[in-house]
Amino acid sequence: MASLSPPLAIDASHATVADIRANVAQRRRWDLVFAVLGLLATSIGVVTLLALFIDLVMDGYQRLTPDFFLSFPSRRASEAGILSAWVGTCLVMLVTAVVGVPLAVSAGLYLEEYAPRNWLTTVIEINVSNLAAVPSIVYGLLALGLFVYALGFGQSILSAGLTLALMIMPIIVVATREAVRAVPHTIREAAYAVGATRWQVTRDHVLPYSIPGIATGVIIGLARAIGETAPLITIGALTFIAYLPNPPLTTTPPFVNFDWLWSGFTVLPIQMFNWVSRPGTAFHANAAAAGIVIVVLTLLMNGFAIFLRYRLRKRINW
Amino acid sequence: MAVARQTLIRRGVRHRDVMERTVESVLFACAASAVAVTTAIVVVLLVESAGFFSHVSIVDFLTDTMWTPLFAEARYGILPLLCGTVLAAAVALTVAVPVGVMVAVYLSEFAPVKVRETVKPLLEMLEGVPTVVYGYFALLFVTPLLQNIIPDLPGFNVLSPGIVIGIMIVPYVGSVSEDAMRAVPQALREASYACGATRLQTTLRVVMPAATSGIAAAFVLGIARATGETMVVAIAAGQQPNLTFDPTQPAATITAYIVQVALGDLPHGSIGYQSIFAAGLVLLLITLLFNILAHVLRMRFREAY
Repeated sequence: MASLSPPLAIDASHATVADIRANVAQRRRWDLVFAVLGLLATSIGVVTLLALFIDLVMDGYQRLTPDFFLSFPSRRASEAGILSAWVGTCLVMLVTAVVGVPLAVSAGLYLEEYAPRNWLTTVIEINVSNLAAVPSIVYGLLALGLFVYALGFGQSILSAGLTLALMIMPIIVVATREAVRAVPHTIREAAYAVGATRWQVTRDHVLPYSIPGIATGVIIGLARAIGETAPLITIGALTFIAYLPNPPLTTTPPFVNFDWLWSGFTVLPIQMFNWVSRPGTAFHANAAAAGIVIVVLTLLMNGFAIFLRYRLRKRINW
Repeated sequence: MAVARQTLIRRGVRHRDVMERTVESVLFACAASAVAVTTAIVVVLLVESAGFFSHVSIVDFLTDTMWTPLFAEARYGILPLLCGTVLAAAVALTVAVPVGVMVAVYLSEFAPVKVRETVKPLLEMLEGVPTVVYGYFALLFVTPLLQNIIPDLPGFNVLSPGIVIGIMIVPYVGSVSEDAMRAVPQALREASYACGATRLQTTLRVVMPAATSGIAAAFVLGIARATGETMVVAIAAGQQPNLTFDPTQPAATITAYIVQVALGDLPHGSIGYQSIFAAGLVLLLITLLFNILAHVLRMRFREAY
């Protein structure tokens, strides 16, 4: 900002002490002004977060009754609820976590502990960082073409879970790599020195030390997946579901049941989107109530992850 | 006795070696799945787009000014969708870049450690709020607010989702810029302070010039983010393809169009179905282009010191 300098510049050869003092005071004032502006800009984010939450609560708090959680969607706004939506969210997240977490953590371990320095590793690394930049809706198109039609999974919980698993993979891979990289080399060398193999070192020493860091990444990834709407709309999540999938656990042998994987589904953000898109304010209250549930859920998860990371940073003492 | 023990050990070692190789292959397969996913994305988009482009010429696609694939007399010009996308991204960037850079400057150069430690997690929380909630906020809070200032603003417009996307990506733009400023060696700051410069002078004349390419990368990555953003515009911008550069008008973006088609029940293999893949391909190319640009810019600032 060169434009600041002319009025601030003084001619050194004729300057009196008073001139210099005035000049310094002026520079200090500008400095203060800028600090205040910075604080204001920073608080825009916090104010928005507050406004958003207060807005949701004002619009939706009356709808947050036990019935709201235990009712199916309905044509009448006052009777509609989010039962099928939150059950759908839980089941989709189950698939996402079971598939996505081991896949991404393994990939991260490989890249950090095993990968030789060659072109293949470079290609994999470039691909991981590219995938992080791919818009979520493109994952939806991938899933529509691949899971729904080419592999014949249909518009099911399985397709949805796999889609979100692929989407959060880069987030968890990056977190895993960072956590693993933070483990000092002396620990590895000590284990190798007593004859441990690479997998023994990784499993018994590197992995346990990096668990908190990995957990942070996993929670942030799952929180992202819970709130994600666009890719699930693309693969054809339904917006009006008045039934529940078969429960995964049964009372008769073999006690588990995988029918639910093939079931149609809806999830919380899609239910909210559906209610927002309807004309008329009656359903908007429902949307706000669903919004409160989603925001509280994701903020709690993110908050926990951030807490975990800060605690980790303070406690580490190799 | 000794022989038996040796056999046992040898068997153990063999078992261990097999285990080692198996684990390594499994881990490698997981890592390689990233390549498989990228390939699958490209293949799926290309195959379905190929079907689309066998009906619609690429010239029409790129030059026609109407996008009405669901009408009886279908027209397939991507320009209105591109226009909506660019417009929404432009509004978002107008908000996100000044605010994001101010946040970065403040957090990296001005803020006391305590403020930084409290504000950064809060900003991360802002990033964690699902986009559909931002869509609600844009449609039912920001638009009515804006209608107080611009009385004849329609209920659906690009301005309000654009502003909301802008605020949404502030933490992202801010943290990328802050990384760039943090990468400026402390010695440069100390040299500047030693000459009697204030924090502001140090920031504007030493830190920012040294971090220019990193800040530019933040700008470019912000564009990529805003371009790929879906739910906010799908909810609050009106889903109407509209060749306009007036942000107070309703418009559709590429992403909003994909959502709109996916919500309807288009038969698999129809041209409407294929059109969302063509739109997705354009979207992927745009985001890829900006990400490569950002990568190049970042390499430059990393090499500087």
